[in-house]
Amino acid sequence: MNNCLSGNEAVAYAIKQINPDVMGAFPITPSTEIPQYVAQYVADGEVNTEYVTVESEHSSMSVCIAAQAAGARSVCATSSCGLALMYEVLYVAASCRLPITLACVNRALSGPININNDHSDSMGARDTGWIQIYAENNQEAYDNFLMAVPIGEAPSVRLPVMTCMDGFITSHAVENIELMETDVVRKFIREYNPENYLLKKENPLAVGPYDVSPYYMEHKVLEAEAMKAAKARILEVTAEFEKISGRHYGLFEEYRMEDAELALVLIGSSAGTAKAAVDKLREDGIKAGLVKIRVFRPFPSEELARALAGTKAVAVMDKSEGFSANGGPLFAETRSALYDLKERPYLIDIVFGLGGRDVNTEDIEKLFGRLANIAVTGEIGPVYTHMGQRSKEEKA
Amino acid sequence: MIYAKDINERTPWQDLTPGGEIYEPGTARAFNTGTWRTNTPVFHEESCKHCMLCVPFCPDIAIPVKDGKRLDFDYMHCKGCGICENVCPFQAITMVTGGAPNE
Repeated sequence: MNNCLSGNEAVAYAIKQINPDVMGAFPITPSTEIPQYVAQYVADGEVNTEYVTVESEHSSMSVCIAAQAAGARSVCATSSCGLALMYEVLYVAASCRLPITLACVNRALSGPININNDHSDSMGARDTGWIQIYAENNQEAYDNFLMAVPIGEAPSVRLPVMTCMDGFITSHAVENIELMETDVVRKFIREYNPENYLLKKENPLAVGPYDVSPYYMEHKVLEAEAMKAAKARILEVTAEFEKISGRHYGLFEEYRMEDAELALVLIGSSAGTAKAAVDKLREDGIKAGLVKIRVFRPFPSEELARALAGTKAVAVMDKSEGFSANGGPLFAETRSALYDLKERPYLIDIVFGLGGRDVNTEDIEKLFGRLANIAVTGEIGPVYTHMGQRSKEEKA
Repeated sequence: MIYAKDINERTPWQDLTPGGEIYEPGTARAFNTGTWRTNTPVFHEESCKHCMLCVPFCPDIAIPVKDGKRLDFDYMHCKGCGICENVCPFQAITMVTGGAPNE
């Protein structure tokens, strides 16, 4: 069925169809609408969800951890500083192997305080052991949230999943999207039947016991192996999802990459803008393409290397400033992925779009111009630069 | 199901439980925390009046009681904190250096 929904509404509707046992709820812009809509579903008796209002995001995630450990399917939504406040317990959720589903509506981190979009919140949480899947648009935000459930809950994985969408750009813009029938969704996500849980009376369970050094490392290896295993599970679930929805998803999306010589690697809604720029350049005979990363954790390293193997020059576009003085997090991952290629493309990093700074097709076209120049001359110039800021220096 | 008795500090990661979950109660019995001790209380039975003051003061469960009388220390649980020596009115407990009562 077709509908016009904002990204937040779409995710809330996914939650309604999932009908989770528990939602830990605390509001923060721009994700506030998600718990707000779910509260309405609860009040109207449309879901059976135990809706727990708490005093902070540290608590909303703690509610989800406790509930999931008890054997209840739990969901949560947050943004920015809310995610940062969850930081400690995000690790607890992942290391206790509790497949909670969290909608992260990406917003800049303070300070200075800013409510608009970039990826610094979820990129800050990239090493917490959560699977991370990013959406370009409302349809993907809806689809990703539904797919997150069977991905995280698979016994081979048992990891929490964070589905991310761009704050305001995706969360508040209304788009036409296709919703699935609720009975189809239920069949797809299945019942949550963990093998062991706190409320299982047959065997008492202890979750999260103190780990002394002779055991901690082994448990971390188990967790790392689960993250590796998640890649295959994600592809299984996306294939299953394609059968019922007709929509195809991979670990990333390749756009006009077949014969691309110049390419971008980026995440989220900016892919829409970049695709329009790629189309325009293609009309002019320039072999431009882009790779939109959907799954950032686990990072599709080998697959990305294969996708970029035939290119001459690539720009990674980071929508978060990692303050590494060596480029953003997507750049670090991409450069690492390309290291094993025998012939590597030239690679630069562009940090852009911080705190809601717009990027338009002209910016992307200019960037491709820079890539074309690099491909011809072999002169990379500065490897890591920012785009879109006012400057006394002339723009490259 | 992996039981606590089947794992130890030589168990490979493949044979441990996800997240270190423990699937049964009472597994502390299999784990000797007395090895953490650096000082050790010694019980002098001849001085003890069995006033039972030391028993509730013990922060662990290292002083067993049977038929109204305290028995010798349960060194599997004793962390050597010395509180029992401090509260004993009859000098029936003395602390010695080291993890073993006979050092």
